[in-house]
Amino acid sequence: MITDAPRIITSRFDNADSFTLSGYEATGGYQALRKALGMGPAAVADEVKTATLLGRGGAGFPAGVKWGLAPENVWPRYLVVNGDESEPGTYKDRLLMERDPHQLIEGVLLACYAIGCGQAFLYVRGEMPLAQERIAAALNDAYAAGYIGKNILGSNFSVDIVLSWGAGAYIVGEETALIESLEGNRGMPRLKPPFFPAAKGLYMQPTIVNNVETLSNLPWIVTNGGEAFAALGAETSRGTRMFAVSGHVKNPGVFEVEYGVTTFRDLIYAPQYAGGILGDRALKAYIPGGASAPWFFEEHLDLPLEKVTVDRAGSMLGSGAVVVMDETTDAVKACLRVVRFFARESCGKCAPCREGTTWLEKILQRIQDGYGRPSDLDLLMDVSDNISPGIAWPPKQTTICPLGPSAVSPIASALQRFRPEFEARIAQAEEARHSVPVNISKVSSHG
Amino acid sequence: MAESDVTPIDGVAVEINGVEVIAHKGELLIDAAERTGTYIPRFCYHERMNPVGMCRMCLVEVDTGRGPALQPSCMLECTPGMKADTESAVTKKAQDGILEFLLANHPLDCPVCDKGGECPLQDQTMAYGPGESRFVEEKRHKEKPIPISDLVLLDRERCILCDRCTRFAKEVAGDPLIHFIHRGNNTEVNTFPDEPFASYFSGNTVQICPVGALTSSTYRFKARPWDLETTESTCQTCSVGCRISIDSSRDQVQRFAGVDIDPVNWGWLCDKGRFSSEVVTSDARLSEPLVRDGSGLVPAKWSDALNRFAKALDNASSAQSIGVIGGSRLTNEDAYAWSKFFKGVLATDNVDAQLGDGLPAHVVLGLPSATIDEVCAPGGTVLLLGPDVKEELPVLFLRLRHAAVEDRVTIVEVSPRSTGVTSLTKASVHPRPGETADVVAALMSSAAIDREIAGVAAAELEAARAALAAATGPITVVLGRASLAESASVTVAAASAILAARPDTTFLSALRRSNVRGALDMGLAPGLLPGRVTLEDGAEWYSEVWPSMPAAVGLDTEGILRAAADGRIDVLVLLGADPLSDFTDADLAERGLTGARTVLSVDTALNPSSKRADIVLAAAGFAEKAGTTTNIEGRVSTLSQRVTPPGTARADWMLAAEVSTRLGTDLGFESFGDVLAEISAVAPAYLALDQAIAEGSPDGVMLPLDVVVIIDEDDEDIVIVDETVTVSQDGAEVDVTADVVVDDADAADSESTEGLIEIIADDADVAGSMPPFVQFTPIQMVTAPPVDSYSFRLVASRKLYDQGTLVQSAPSLAPLAPGSTVSLNPWEFDRLGVATGGRAIVRTAKASVNVTVQSDSGVPRGVAAMIVNQADGRVSDLVSADELVAEVRIETAP
Repeated sequence: MITDAPRIITSRFDNADSFTLSGYEATGGYQALRKALGMGPAAVADEVKTATLLGRGGAGFPAGVKWGLAPENVWPRYLVVNGDESEPGTYKDRLLMERDPHQLIEGVLLACYAIGCGQAFLYVRGEMPLAQERIAAALNDAYAAGYIGKNILGSNFSVDIVLSWGAGAYIVGEETALIESLEGNRGMPRLKPPFFPAAKGLYMQPTIVNNVETLSNLPWIVTNGGEAFAALGAETSRGTRMFAVSGHVKNPGVFEVEYGVTTFRDLIYAPQYAGGILGDRALKAYIPGGASAPWFFEEHLDLPLEKVTVDRAGSMLGSGAVVVMDETTDAVKACLRVVRFFARESCGKCAPCREGTTWLEKILQRIQDGYGRPSDLDLLMDVSDNISPGIAWPPKQTTICPLGPSAVSPIASALQRFRPEFEARIAQAEEARHSVPVNISKVSSHG
Repeated sequence: MAESDVTPIDGVAVEINGVEVIAHKGELLIDAAERTGTYIPRFCYHERMNPVGMCRMCLVEVDTGRGPALQPSCMLECTPGMKADTESAVTKKAQDGILEFLLANHPLDCPVCDKGGECPLQDQTMAYGPGESRFVEEKRHKEKPIPISDLVLLDRERCILCDRCTRFAKEVAGDPLIHFIHRGNNTEVNTFPDEPFASYFSGNTVQICPVGALTSSTYRFKARPWDLETTESTCQTCSVGCRISIDSSRDQVQRFAGVDIDPVNWGWLCDKGRFSSEVVTSDARLSEPLVRDGSGLVPAKWSDALNRFAKALDNASSAQSIGVIGGSRLTNEDAYAWSKFFKGVLATDNVDAQLGDGLPAHVVLGLPSATIDEVCAPGGTVLLLGPDVKEELPVLFLRLRHAAVEDRVTIVEVSPRSTGVTSLTKASVHPRPGETADVVAALMSSAAIDREIAGVAAAELEAARAALAAATGPITVVLGRASLAESASVTVAAASAILAARPDTTFLSALRRSNVRGALDMGLAPGLLPGRVTLEDGAEWYSEVWPSMPAAVGLDTEGILRAAADGRIDVLVLLGADPLSDFTDADLAERGLTGARTVLSVDTALNPSSKRADIVLAAAGFAEKAGTTTNIEGRVSTLSQRVTPPGTARADWMLAAEVSTRLGTDLGFESFGDVLAEISAVAPAYLALDQAIAEGSPDGVMLPLDVVVIIDEDDEDIVIVDETVTVSQDGAEVDVTADVVVDDADAADSESTEGLIEIIADDADVAGSMPPFVQFTPIQMVTAPPVDSYSFRLVASRKLYDQGTLVQSAPSLAPLAPGSTVSLNPWEFDRLGVATGGRAIVRTAKASVNVTVQSDSGVPRGVAAMIVNQADGRVSDLVSADELVAEVRIETAP
């Protein structure tokens, strides 16, 4: 269902000066902060709880609940903003940082106020120079204007925001790896337990890690109230959400739609969104929520973009990246392409992911190159099973973090749905090999 | 009563494979399982390092109330009601899977791999893994072994990236010079460019590597594990007393490895200790005795050499004209045999195991003592008042580092220059050489310090004083010689000041030579008798078992060398000593050696001093003889024979017995056990040691033992039994069976006696006859000469690797000696006109040396720091033994 819900976080995207302080202030910027300072931290936190804002990073954990996980009376505690958006097909946070950095900063300030943080860290992906530049400029302007720093707007609320750049590792999008990287170490995940960031995070202090889009919602929620936010959307998924559509569509892009009610069909086919498949070809499959997500097919098109509904259907909305594959797509190649991504991005810390994802890639590459063996399909499944026991959804893991199991999703999806394509490729390879004449003279020349 | 019958107060009941076991609070599941008999396979987990959960080999199915799930048991603390199944189908599948992953890129070059046969990856694949691999792709290829340091090579193809070596380097050694680089499947361990893994502890990474990725240059391709014969022993490279295993093959020592004992080394070794295995097989070893004829030292028959050795001693004009230097490299039994021979047969007391570079025996043996564990006890406070522990007693450094980093131990350092420990200290002050005791006295005070003392600013002193004052209990002191250019009396005065202000302080003496503590315990020091008693107190006690006794307290090494230089020493005996290299005053050593009429040497290899000897007896060395040794704590542990000595070399105790026999006295020793039995019988601090050794504690035995000393009045035998003997309630009389320890010459023959005995404490006569232990004699403050602003005060300290016989006999270690330098504070450079890397002349009244200049901001202004016993420019040429401090001038070299 396509609704006329307001654009909450992309409202300034069409303004040429949306990233400047003056542009932001002219469109209601930093009013939520002023309002919040009059409300008190508990009231701000309550508004966010009322809004039932789900985290927009991938796991979809309610932000209000997450804030409450930090143990009481342990100080200092930190807010870390996860701006290391790296999931293939996901590019919503980048736009939020490039086009409306002050909205994010105001969101950070509101979160710090509600949680009781005196220090926040903005971790921005290394390959997003424009976002870094604009956030850096926005931070400077906001400091100069008294929105950040000591005694913000004359109150007794003080916050420092530190900008930190990533160095090009997908895994740092995982919150504990991000914390390691922030501390100056290699970006490798920590084990949970015992290192749940809310209890033992940055510098072993309680740490709340929130996604850029999540925090960008806060100014609107504080200004308009949590109830207004919760009035939008359906089921557990409230408000609006940004979805990045890419692949074989006519109009790829990022669209803010009402959460929980808009369907995949709306998103992919509606003219105001992705506008349908290129050349009006048939849909083969689509990834509903980033490369880690199991694939969806034709029969899932009418599912609403609603967290629980999609979870129950066996995948996830994840980071909000919808990748569309049309009927011309080679399932083996597509599967290889996604698995290769995870193999290349494995951090190397734990054995199943480091060795397993690369092995999966090598097997798929072999099949793709015409050297597949009939036993390879069972091997793919068993190696996958050793990374993600049972190949279930939600996935179990022998790994430290979910990256390893992420490489299993495309294999499980592709093999389940398109096994004949794999088999045909292997059979074709066998046949080709047997038809190659053996060069007898070359062999015998060794004698 | 079985351990599991008792629930510890803080115990946690968990179920492992259906059996309830009690875990300690906070205990990891992998440890609790192993302790109760269930081994969970692992690669990255190491009990002496923080767990990281990386290899995933220890995944087991665990149910903590939310259903069974695979969890890494090395990261999981036991919680009440936890149920673990290490043998479930899911666990087995995971183990199979992980091993297949680890083997996917691991080269199967086991037949040529040094680890093959003792490889955890090999063993656990056999025990827990799949039979064969389904990985048919090309494996990862990397350049075959690359050297990451002078001693360690890395084969990155074999590496399974368990993080053990890198964690060790960072967490344990504090030398984070190896690290993961690259990512994912390309991850590898490597050094930073042009920065080798130059750690004193690099060999430990070879030992803890669970595959053959790290190998040592000394052991590569030398032996196969199944051909090795192994014996436990105690490292004799320094006096920390690390427990080691000696591996030999074909009667040749192949390597040493650390053995984990709680009170000392935790399994770690320093590289000098580990790679000193090369010393045993060195070409320089003596395999037969040498005597001097017209052409120099030539091989001789043992009978001839021993006869001439005995005759030389017999020809000495008096007991006072015999001087004996050395003995710190001997076993306790060797030391006792020589002690008995020289003091109890020849009646000379001119015996000193130390070479002017240690501390007086009454300081080492008489101060209230602390063990390493006591020094490193969590939350404690330690005052370092001695050498750079990292350079001289490296594994003690590891323990101190762990104490400071993990166990909240406060370290305060008073040293003439910064050391390897400085970065771990709460406060570190560097007083002017000679004035350390003044600073220490001030630090003991309860009043704030508001003035500069010995060149140290008031604020720095106050920080150190406050850190010591904040100690909640008694402090411990690591006491030794920080600089050999500074008289030992400065250290003694400092210890006196500490004890006067804080009588509950305990001390760990930081002496360096392997069994120096044992040598002192065996009486190899002037005025001392075996068992930590003085000549004065113990003469009567020993008169029953020793045929003779020195008439008066004799000379120490400095005194012996002076007497020799003056022509008053007829026979100078060197027991494995090299005074020309090691005595702090090289000129005096030279004059002493020249002045002695005859020089006798007993040694494992020739050194500059023994090359000057008239007779050299070839001695068996480490790993070639059994015995006991005593470490800096006073802990006695066993030394084992693993190989036969080279040629006809023999243990020192045998040589002492042979020489004594030729002089008409049978020492009564036919085996090292005989010597140990006599030590255990007569040396007061060592009473009943043989029984404790026989009980075989791998941790060693702290002395004196807590024993009941009783006497059999009828036979006038002294009988010793351990404390487990039941004594009747009235404490008066009781029947026991016990070994007869001492009565007369026949005592060794009697197995045991049964009779009426009485507690010695109740018998005033006998109790009175047992001599008291050596007491520390405090001295007054020493006064340093006034500062001469044109001069620098010399600090002479050691580096781990030097020109000593041990390091130079090990081909892998010899090149690591850094060479002679003078380190100056960079602020001095301009006024001296010197530059880093340039040459300077360091001059005292008696000599000068030409050395390379180094810039070192850890050296205070006004101080010139040099390294002892390095090539080209010996510090000992500059030092005079009779001066409190050495003042040097520094000039640019022409």
